[in-house]
Amino acid sequence: MAQVSSISNEQTSPTSKLITLRISRFNPEHDESSGFMEFSVSYEKWTTVLEAILDVKKHHDHSVGVRYSCRQATCGSCGMIINGKPRLACFTKISELNSDVVTVEPMNNFPIIRDLAVKFEKLFDTHQKIKPYLIRDDTEIESNEKEFLQSPEEVEQYIQFANCIKCGLCNSACPTMATDSSFVGPQALAQAYRYVADSRDKGKDSRLKIIDDSHGIWRCHFAGSCSQVCPKGVDPAMGIQLLRGYMLGFRS
Amino acid sequence: MSKDEHREGIKGMANPTRYGIERVAYWLMRLSGLGLLAYFVGHIYETSNILRGQVGWNEFLELTQTTEGHLVLAIVIAMCVFHTVNGIRVMLGHGGIGVGKPARPDYPYEPASQNYRHKIGIYSAILLAAIAMMYGLAVMFGE
Repeated sequence: MAQVSSISNEQTSPTSKLITLRISRFNPEHDESSGFMEFSVSYEKWTTVLEAILDVKKHHDHSVGVRYSCRQATCGSCGMIINGKPRLACFTKISELNSDVVTVEPMNNFPIIRDLAVKFEKLFDTHQKIKPYLIRDDTEIESNEKEFLQSPEEVEQYIQFANCIKCGLCNSACPTMATDSSFVGPQALAQAYRYVADSRDKGKDSRLKIIDDSHGIWRCHFAGSCSQVCPKGVDPAMGIQLLRGYMLGFRS
Repeated sequence: MSKDEHREGIKGMANPTRYGIERVAYWLMRLSGLGLLAYFVGHIYETSNILRGQVGWNEFLELTQTTEGHLVLAIVIAMCVFHTVNGIRVMLGHGGIGVGKPARPDYPYEPASQNYRHKIGIYSAILLAAIAMMYGLAVMFGE
């Protein structure tokens, strides 16, 4: 399936350089295996991988399947494997990759919809499974106070983990996810910690019961790859170990 | 495992090259664990030779006195030391000890859980395993 095309020079500026962009192509509906198409793309210092892919779609092959939305690392749509590591395409500058060849593939450990777009159903299912909301017997409306007050120190305990944009990069990098299709995954486990550590939440026991499973938190072996690829600094590995600290009695 | 799931599989799990020294430690931990398990099974077989009497026992024990036997034992020593030291590091981490404190992350988002304490633990495990292996080799081949 290899094909080399180049974008016309009228699109480039004097400061631009050229890279070879290798895009993985696969349509599960009619392809037996995936292949790569190669495009010669010009880029500037600030050009992101997503912009390069969109250039290819605009000038060469509009059929390249890619999902994106915000272009500012907020929506978590454009996760993909870029030069072997899971990254957000909109958050990865080509100049930072220090390579003349940029290879983009769909994220591992997610079923492929087409080309670079993957299904997120499993990610959202496991996220929902850990009850990602505050659990209380009372409600704000019934309470005498207008809101549930927290000290800055209490907010610090979980706010880092509230930055998760559900992009799936952590699940793609996780070595356990690579082999265990039933594993809850670092994204959901980090979110379980986010709510367990929230002083307003009273659902700790029910959440710990959900993740205390043979395919739950005990399958994490602290490889830390999830934290290394997180584009928002969530550090799921830390959240998982702190969560396990609750279960092992190191924390209360 | 369904092909539809697009999982990396064992090949991806066992690839230690992409995610820093922590993933190398993860890989070495798996490898040394499997190696020690194999040694444990072999060791049970070895000691079961005592049932063949002193002659049978001595015959089998001679296998460990060969160059190949010494090299295997040296690797077992290295695996044992690495698995122990790194295991202590991982167990402490699993209890939430030494993994840092939650805080508002700042760009470029260096993960606090991959801090210098754990890196020192990993490098120490590798170094101690190498020293123990060399000491074992010196003892075995120095006889």
